[in-house]
Amino acid sequence: MLIGGILVITRKNPVHSALALIVTLLAQASIYLMLYAPFVAGVQIILYAGGIMVLFLFVIMLVSIDRSIRERQFNSQWVAGVIAATALGGLFIAVFAKGSSLFPDHALPVVENDNTQNIATLLYGQYMFAFEIASLLLLVAIIGAVVMAKKKI
Amino acid sequence: MGAIVQYIQSYLTSDQTPGAAGNMFWALVYIMAVFVGLSIAVIAMNWLERKILAHMQVRLGPMRVGPHGLLQPIADAIKLLLKEDIMPAEADGLVFWIAPFVVVLAAFTVFVVVPFGPTHAITDMNIGILFMLGVSSLSVLGIVMAGWASNSHYPLMGALRSSAQMVSYEVAMGLAVVSAILMTSLNASGTGTLSMIGIVQAQLAQGEWFIFKFFPLGLIAFFIFAVAMVAETNRAPFDLAEAESELTAGFHTEYSGFRWSLFFLAEYSAMIAVSSIAVTLWLGGWLRPFPNLLNSATWNFFFSFFPGAAFLFFAAICFFNAARMPKHPLFRIQTIGLAGFGVVLALIGFIFFVPAVSMRVQDIFWFTAKVAAFMYLYIWYRGTFPRYRFDQLMQMGWKVLLPMGLGVLILTASVALLQQKIWHP
Repeated sequence: MLIGGILVITRKNPVHSALALIVTLLAQASIYLMLYAPFVAGVQIILYAGGIMVLFLFVIMLVSIDRSIRERQFNSQWVAGVIAATALGGLFIAVFAKGSSLFPDHALPVVENDNTQNIATLLYGQYMFAFEIASLLLLVAIIGAVVMAKKKI
Repeated sequence: MGAIVQYIQSYLTSDQTPGAAGNMFWALVYIMAVFVGLSIAVIAMNWLERKILAHMQVRLGPMRVGPHGLLQPIADAIKLLLKEDIMPAEADGLVFWIAPFVVVLAAFTVFVVVPFGPTHAITDMNIGILFMLGVSSLSVLGIVMAGWASNSHYPLMGALRSSAQMVSYEVAMGLAVVSAILMTSLNASGTGTLSMIGIVQAQLAQGEWFIFKFFPLGLIAFFIFAVAMVAETNRAPFDLAEAESELTAGFHTEYSGFRWSLFFLAEYSAMIAVSSIAVTLWLGGWLRPFPNLLNSATWNFFFSFFPGAAFLFFAAICFFNAARMPKHPLFRIQTIGLAGFGVVLALIGFIFFVPAVSMRVQDIFWFTAKVAAFMYLYIWYRGTFPRYRFDQLMQMGWKVLLPMGLGVLILTASVALLQQKIWHP
């Protein structure tokens, strides 16, 4: 996953970057699998690796990439970037060093078999309202995109 | 040594899949069996497709290599392996090299969860159907990579068409699948399942295939899936991605030799994979006809004859055609070969009559027979339908199948709810 992530930001060719991003997303799905969350892993593969990244590639391929390969990669905010990265890295190291008091001693007993069913019960039971609001938001986004893209409806 | 033998034997009495039982050895054996079986199926499909298409067009098809062209696929495979592997000078080397492997990997990985029988699957996953849809959707990435890396116009056009088509038909396909999964939740506990084996067992428990459930809702969902799966595998009449009259060969124009044969392999195994999803979800998977209605010992005995009888039938066709061969001495070797093939088939058939064997292979036989019907349909479509135009294809996907899928989903949910709340409170 780390290798994929590094490749995403260092490749000059945008298509190579996108492919590296797919590798990263697949690695992330396998992390979900290792955390006994098969449903999230499956959805991750379908939505991100199979759906969104294909659209990414689709757009990238339509854009001429010859110019972007020749362009120098630039980043004018590298000072801020370095500070943010150091802060985040420091946080990770601190958690890793002193983490034992932050987390429970034992991992929760994992129930792999009911994972999907449990997600369904939570999503359509306890968090029904939030779920519906989120889907309404997506609907508004879709209608917005259609209105913006089409001059005459 | 004894421990190893015991480890191997310990699985034999199990009623689980090797993956679920955690037996590494049998899991490997199953993986090899599925891989070999799939390769043979692809080779057989190659021959069958040419023969059936030829007969539909009142031609003979391959006749020269072996009796009735039976050895033609082997000759083809050797030809492909010996051909020079050309990579265009302007191609993107790494991506061009990886693309066929991504496609093959995606096409073969899905068979991990395909249930050939209650114990005859490599493993059973909690998210089985989701896994199959997800991994098979990765194959579009390989196609896009191949099209782009070839650095040529026709492959790029093919890849763009293919990705647009697969992404749009995946939506309709997903909706149809969801409506079938909804039907699995019609039991006492009220929870459904995504596992492939669980779906078939739900059909057994409810006493009907999901294609007949809530008639005609199950049938419509099945129809949507059956159309979407042809589009998803880029086959005629939706083979816009490789429309030879417009794009030479689409995304694999620049590929040759072994790499091209990998695309070929992936296309056919993807066809088998989506057909087995359809069989699992709507046609009762490994279940034999009327497993609940005709459940007596006599009927069990009767149905256990089918696998052997099918092989004997094929053997009889072989003998019949061997007898019809021209009597010229030049045809003597071919006649003997065909008769020998018939003898092999008949022997396999007789082995399947042994009760111990027939009980084990019965599930696999019914599953394979159902999938084979779908494979025949694929060939039939190709021989019958003219190719769609691209805008017609998109219109069909977004304006016909998607609303139909949504409607079926809502209706299935309502009817299921009514059934649970009112008729059987």
